[in-house]
Amino acid sequence: MSSESPRRRRPTAALALVTVGLLLMGGLYAAAGSLASPARAETSEASPALLKQGGQLYKEGCSSCHGLNLGGVPAESVGKGQAKQNGPSLLGVGAAAVDFQVSTGRMPVGANGQQVVAGRSSYNEEEVTALAAYVASFAPGPAIPSKEDLDTTDASLAEGGELFRTNCAQCHNFAAQGGALSNGTYAPAIDPSRPDHIWEAMLTGPQSMPVFSDTTINPDEKKAIIKYIQNINAAPSPGGAPLGNVGPVSEGLLMWTLGLGALIACSVWLGAKAK
Amino acid sequence: MSTTQRAVATTPTWIDDRIGAGKWLKKNLRKVFPDHWSFMLGEIALYSFILLLLTGVYLTLFYNPSMKEVVYNGSYAPLNGIKMTQAYESTLRVSFDVRGGLLVRQVHHWAALLFVAAVSVHMLRVFFTGAFRKPRELNWVIGVGLMTLAILEGFAGYSLPDDLLSGTGLRIAQGIVLAIPLVGSYVSSFLFGGEFPGTDFIPRLYSIHILLIPGILLGMLTAHLLLVWYQKHTQFPGPGRTNTNVVGYPLLPVYVAKAGGFFFIVSGIITLIAALFSINPIWQYGPYTPDQVSAGSQPDWYIGWLDGAVRVIPNWETVLWGHNISWNILLPALIIPGIMFTLLALYPWVEAKATGDKREHHLLDRPRNAPTRTGLGVMALTFYVLMWISGGNDIIAQAFSWSINSITWTIRVLLIVLPPLVFVITRRACMGLQRRDRDKLLHGRETGIIKRMPSGEYLEVHAPVSSATRAKLVASRESDYAPIEAPPAVDANGVKAPKKRRSGVKLSNFYFANRVIPPTDEEIEEGQHHAAGDLETVRPSGQITSGH
Repeated sequence: MSSESPRRRRPTAALALVTVGLLLMGGLYAAAGSLASPARAETSEASPALLKQGGQLYKEGCSSCHGLNLGGVPAESVGKGQAKQNGPSLLGVGAAAVDFQVSTGRMPVGANGQQVVAGRSSYNEEEVTALAAYVASFAPGPAIPSKEDLDTTDASLAEGGELFRTNCAQCHNFAAQGGALSNGTYAPAIDPSRPDHIWEAMLTGPQSMPVFSDTTINPDEKKAIIKYIQNINAAPSPGGAPLGNVGPVSEGLLMWTLGLGALIACSVWLGAKAK
Repeated sequence: MSTTQRAVATTPTWIDDRIGAGKWLKKNLRKVFPDHWSFMLGEIALYSFILLLLTGVYLTLFYNPSMKEVVYNGSYAPLNGIKMTQAYESTLRVSFDVRGGLLVRQVHHWAALLFVAAVSVHMLRVFFTGAFRKPRELNWVIGVGLMTLAILEGFAGYSLPDDLLSGTGLRIAQGIVLAIPLVGSYVSSFLFGGEFPGTDFIPRLYSIHILLIPGILLGMLTAHLLLVWYQKHTQFPGPGRTNTNVVGYPLLPVYVAKAGGFFFIVSGIITLIAALFSINPIWQYGPYTPDQVSAGSQPDWYIGWLDGAVRVIPNWETVLWGHNISWNILLPALIIPGIMFTLLALYPWVEAKATGDKREHHLLDRPRNAPTRTGLGVMALTFYVLMWISGGNDIIAQAFSWSINSITWTIRVLLIVLPPLVFVITRRACMGLQRRDRDKLLHGRETGIIKRMPSGEYLEVHAPVSSATRAKLVASRESDYAPIEAPPAVDANGVKAPKKRRSGVKLSNFYFANRVIPPTDEEIEEGQHHAAGDLETVRPSGQITSGH
């Protein structure tokens, strides 16, 4: 798609442009007013070139579901003959949400289903940054974590484990292998996840996940959790092959198949008539 | 005289010179046992139990059943500085700081899984071959008791480390206790010494796990084996095997060598599994606190069917005079298993009522020769396995990307539809196999040789069955029963038939109204003779030896 995109020639385009402009102004104003607030906002730092690139990418890849003004497309307004797509408003979701959704390949949505699945990202790092900056420029929201945010050198592994078991294990399983939720939704395995994505997921609460804002779990605690999750993947399994780390189901399966199977084979061997 | 023979001859003398038990020993060392691979399933259970005792003793040397709170400061870094009970801390110590501790713990746990699995499969073998019939009903009941205790013992052991998974399991067990109407909250209070989890339960469970239940298990196991010894082992029908003899090999040297060897095979395989595969990584679960839980918290496999029943039951509750009756817990966790275990224990008497048979049985049934029993068994097994699958519904949902709700609903429907269907299919299949056996006796076995008659007609040539096969097939007579005939509603003296007898007739008809009647000796003779003649026409030299 180029700037010749037919969407630009729609009669609603002008209206949308005005709305975008108004929201942009309002957003900037709100951002300026909230600079003192604890929620760190990323708005004015982005260069105009970056915003322009982001805007372009947004219109091409995101606006059909999230609206040209980022206000979202409610389900009831999706008319007949149109692709049955509708998306939530992106105002205030912040750069963190955009970075998480786009760089894990969840957005743009590949297929309709109970849950948007992760995959290969359709955008490179630079494009994701531009998109994030563009969305964040409309309204303040959680920012993409910096290198210092993700520096877990001083974080406590034990505290991370405690926080992980209290807040994360109930959906993501004790070893971060994920788990089933209701009606076909699920909490994905997060042990291969990138630290910045774990951080952003906690901060923005994608899909079924609740938001763990900095007031619920502060940045230091977030670091500890990330350290713990990364340790799960890095640490060796002292007891031998971990059988998927899903608890007694796979253990029982192994005993009934390999264990009992081998022993019954031995019984048959011992019980066989001498030839 | 070979070395073994000399040992057999001289050992009783040596014993006799000292304690005077030589005669008894001489007789019993030569005691004959029949041979079949399925007779070794109970042995697997026995050997894994011995392994459990050995490894269990080692674990008691280091485990500390205390719920006193301590701060961990040990080899496993991710838990350093975390508050936990001494029970959990000492289990961590066993795993990371005691020489061989983790291997022994894993052997203990894997052996426990195998123990209950082997007990179950052994019980299935006894059921499907009718080994529970007179005179072995008592040993069947002891067996059901052993299995129940094995499950309880396993659950007690699973709960001892006081890790997050076992604590979650205990919380569910406490919830089940609470669901008992009227007395639930009192029973829970007595068990836990107050509120859950309290500080009393782990020490109590420890005494139960290492003393009480193993003690009873050992006693019952001894009785179980003594009864096998005294009543003699059953055998499958075959040439020379009758209801009054035992065909097999003597205990010494054959079974001493086989059983002794098998013990090492069982221990070897369990140890190999324990060395290669992680089980119950308690350090990953973390210490138990009631405010934490992990996704996919499951019990060990033998409790899985109960967990599955709880998962699958709809949310039924009744409120009576301000008190909740939680059918959603009571039904799956207490009532259904209660009914299942009672039926299991009483089954020998149910079948005895249907057959009206008072004879002793030492020859086993081939499962096909008791179609209704086999059908009922497979039906119960289907019910069990469905609940078992339901116990892992979240893991299955995740592994196959299915909806957990769809799985639950599918299992709900299947639990009602599938068991009766499976019963009908299994009974039919058994009767089909019986008919094939009957055909073999009446017409001989198929040779695969097609003969063309002068008239152009094609015929398949049959051959007589071997004497071994014939002995096996003829045994279907032993398992065959005609349904009990209904007594006249009013007898000659004008006395009405008791209701009990009429229910027996109904049961008997359910079992045996449809049956494949085994052929008589004359019919078999004729059939085999015919088949031999048949064969003679194509291969006069008798090149085809009669196979099976």
